[in-house]
Amino acid sequence: MNMKRQTHRKHTGQRLLEKLQAYLLNHAHGLFSSLGRLSRAPVTSSMTILVLAVAIALAGCFYIVVANIQQLTGNLQASNQMSLFLKEHVNEAAGQKLADELAHHPRIENIKFIGKQQAMEEFKANSGFGEALNALEGNPLPNVIQVLPKNVLDNREALDVLMAEFKQMPQVDFVQVDMQWVERLQAIMRIAGRGVTLVGILLGFAVTFITGNTIRLELHNRQDEVFISKLVGATHAFIQRPFLYTGFWLGFIAGFSAWLIITIMLLIIETPVEKLSGLYNSSFQLLYLSFSEFILLLMMASGLAVLGSWAVLHYQLRQLKPQ
Amino acid sequence: MLRFEHVCKRYPDAGDALIDVSFRLARGEMAFLTGRSGAGKSTLLKLIAMMEQCTRGNVMLDGKDITRIGERKIPYLRRNLGLIFQDYKLLNDRTVFDNVALPLIVSGYSHQDIARRVRAALDKVSLLGKEKKYPLSLSGGEQQRVGIARAIVNKPKMILADEPTGNLDPDLSAEVMHMFEQFMQVGVTVLIATHDVELIHRLGHRVLTLDSGRMLAN
Repeated sequence: MNMKRQTHRKHTGQRLLEKLQAYLLNHAHGLFSSLGRLSRAPVTSSMTILVLAVAIALAGCFYIVVANIQQLTGNLQASNQMSLFLKEHVNEAAGQKLADELAHHPRIENIKFIGKQQAMEEFKANSGFGEALNALEGNPLPNVIQVLPKNVLDNREALDVLMAEFKQMPQVDFVQVDMQWVERLQAIMRIAGRGVTLVGILLGFAVTFITGNTIRLELHNRQDEVFISKLVGATHAFIQRPFLYTGFWLGFIAGFSAWLIITIMLLIIETPVEKLSGLYNSSFQLLYLSFSEFILLLMMASGLAVLGSWAVLHYQLRQLKPQ
Repeated sequence: MLRFEHVCKRYPDAGDALIDVSFRLARGEMAFLTGRSGAGKSTLLKLIAMMEQCTRGNVMLDGKDITRIGERKIPYLRRNLGLIFQDYKLLNDRTVFDNVALPLIVSGYSHQDIARRVRAALDKVSLLGKEKKYPLSLSGGEQQRVGIARAIVNKPKMILADEPTGNLDPDLSAEVMHMFEQFMQVGVTVLIATHDVELIHRLGHRVLTLDSGRMLAN
């Protein structure tokens, strides 16, 4: 009796294992047969894949372009350092004195006085005009005090108050926040970044719907198979499995093709970009998609394609009733 | 095994297909369902195969009420049925073996079980040598036998056949009917819709006759 039960248990365990094996085999079959089916209709498949790839590549290109510009501007530290340009009648001694006074200001972190003479020498050294500047009669440059405010980087209002305070000083001609343009550029890049997200979402919808529609057509082409499977007791999960795998392959191959397209386009523009960056004495390196971004691209492309297929199958399989 | 209780089926556009139909089939019983075209034979079979639901009354199959069965349960109940069609309904892009194996694959049988059962089923319909052939390369009679092998491979409790001999000559028809009798002898309930009156009389099984949706002789 006991032995019988043991063999029975062993038997059920074995049966369960066999069921699992059959299930996995069915998945493997779905995975490879759907790929085989795609390859047997090469023109149709490649057209669908190309449309998907172009959509994904569009989003990807936009992304990588913005990432490259961000790389360029990201290195620029946006600081609120400002320059106080002193009036002409204020001589260097008076300017130095003002700077010393301002150093005790509670809102100021750091201060640096640049006399007109020093400014002229720096300008000569850096601008490349050199000797030509010697021809000038006097020194047209003003005395400047560079001010780095205390932690008001995130606070526009405090910065404005400080600027207004400086402007009212009798010695000061005008005040300029040195790196304001960086901040503006970065604001523009933030908009571009958001644009990438929006375009990505839009093209993601396109991928979902294109795949969904392809699967819908495929389902109609294989209606008989669906009917017969239903009549011999196939569940919806069983029937939709090969179609879901078809969707997966479409997305996966399209994602890979999109990566190829993006990489080839970057290769094409790399030389001119290097030339341009050389003209600016810059060590700018063109960014390509990283490995993790490549994997993410594949995952998103195949994920969206499967999602589109699933949505269509979920709806259509209930509509298809055997006659 | 099968029980119809005051079953009515009305199609919204075609009107009444079945009117107050009641009958029972015992386990291991074989019966013919006859009537002119449009008498409701196909509708009755569709109700049993859960392809349609009746408007009124009850349908019981193997002790279960399938009158208003949930969509999710249908596949599992269909696995107890073997369906045979006049037009065979084979997948022409798959081999005989794959066609017959379909119900087993669907039910998640193991590879070895599938091979064994498919061969046994093909042996019963004497098509053992043709498992690698494609349906379109076979004769009509052979295709119908593939359909029959597919219907019995899952060892169903009941076989439903819709005009199984409609496209076959008398000799082949007799052969097919002989197969059905063999299934009946091993305890399978068989219901065959046909209007081949001569065949029915020769075999002498129970006859259910439909006329304009009503059951006449029972």
